[in-house]
Amino acid sequence: MKSIKNHISLVIALMSILFSLQIFVITDRAIDSYKENLSKNYSVVVVSKKIIHEQDILNIDSLLKSVSELAPDEVIARLNTGIGKKNIELLKLTLPKFYKIKLKIYPTPAEIEKLTQKFLLNKSIIKVETFTNNLDNIYKLLLLFKNIVTVFSISIFIVTTLLIIKELRIWQFQHSERMNIMRLFGAPSWLRSGILFRLAITDAIIASILIFIIFIYFSSSKWILHEFSDIGITLTVFYPLNDFLYLLGVAVTLATILAALIVMGHKEEV
Amino acid sequence: MDKVIIANNLSLSYSDNEVIINKANFSINTGSFVFITGASGSGKSTLLKSLYGSLKAKSGSLVVGGVELKGVSTSKLNFLRRHIGIVFQDYKLIKEWTIEKNIMLPLIINGYDKTVTNTQVESLLKHVRLNHQMGKFPKELSGGEQQRVAMARALSHNPILILADEPTGNLDDYSSELIWNLLEGATTQLKTTVIVVTHHIPETMKIDYKHFHIEYGRIDEVN
Repeated sequence: MKSIKNHISLVIALMSILFSLQIFVITDRAIDSYKENLSKNYSVVVVSKKIIHEQDILNIDSLLKSVSELAPDEVIARLNTGIGKKNIELLKLTLPKFYKIKLKIYPTPAEIEKLTQKFLLNKSIIKVETFTNNLDNIYKLLLLFKNIVTVFSISIFIVTTLLIIKELRIWQFQHSERMNIMRLFGAPSWLRSGILFRLAITDAIIASILIFIIFIYFSSSKWILHEFSDIGITLTVFYPLNDFLYLLGVAVTLATILAALIVMGHKEEV
Repeated sequence: MDKVIIANNLSLSYSDNEVIINKANFSINTGSFVFITGASGSGKSTLLKSLYGSLKAKSGSLVVGGVELKGVSTSKLNFLRRHIGIVFQDYKLIKEWTIEKNIMLPLIINGYDKTVTNTQVESLLKHVRLNHQMGKFPKELSGGEQQRVAMARALSHNPILILADEPTGNLDDYSSELIWNLLEGATTQLKTTVIVVTHHIPETMKIDYKHFHIEYGRIDEVN
């Protein structure tokens, strides 16, 4: 019973780390998915005194995906009240050129600012309309949420790592008699501490499996998927194989490193 | 004759204030049987601890099996310990392991083949007359039987040196006699050096032995 209690403590601590890590990954995925949606509908308009070759515009920054010139006909059509055909043609010639530019990703405010500066380095460009005021509020909220999740995950990681170290120290104390006897007969460190590593790795595997089950449930939960689709996000919450292997790797590595630290700090009892 | 242990001006202590063994000089020949006696607290067990490297010398030099223990590295100390068998008054058996696995411990550490290990354990269990107790855990045995298991463990890997700390301190006559016979056998048949810390030297000793007495931090050979 006591042994199960000890295992539960370590499994729960590892689960907390894995859970917060996976939440961080999901948040990141949600933001990426949302950014992709936004980037499809987002464009920058550049006004130029003279014609600029499309490739020259694309060369300005690697974020730029495509360029299309906006036809002035529609604007002129609105003004077409009593203006002669010859004058309209003259007007067309004097109007600046408008270019609609699509981006590869949905930019952050800092990226937009940087991009604007780069456009204005071209002397032909007289105005850049980035529609920054229309930057999506949901996107801003998602970025804020991501930052909060990051801080929260780091806090959980620190606290639970300390708990794991404490738990492993208890284990070491429980097994210290055996380890000391083995040491008296010249057992190398890896053999003496084998039990500690076995227990830590076993608990890491158990914690990963439990988190796998939890996120498999989440990934098929209608409520969660509905919450995402409400803000225009469609994403896979959990990739069973990739995510499980990733979480298992993190759990096993962390448990092994912490067990090794405990073993290295152990002194022989005289 | 080769010396298995050489101590020069050896001083041992647990703290700076108190010296347990003070500038002792002695040597022990390979294959000899040695008793170390002394009153309680005289430093017998402390000396034994220093011989298996659990207590470092405060000053002086201590060479065991050709290894200088002052400033010895962990890997070298582990190597030396793999060639030493130790018997403690409180047995120091691993309670979660069966008696066979306890006896196997030095063989596992020394990397013996499983077949050799199993044969050796069976033979030793017969030797210590515990073959009928196979599969049992230490707590299921009496004190005397547990000490016989510890004795079998100390002999299992044919060590160059056996260190025994009051091995018959709490035992009945039958187990005590068996332990003394096994220790004598180790010296006569296997040419193993045996060092025994005890309060009393048994009168039934059939072989020649050396006797050191510890008093007031001094180690003197008794003729």
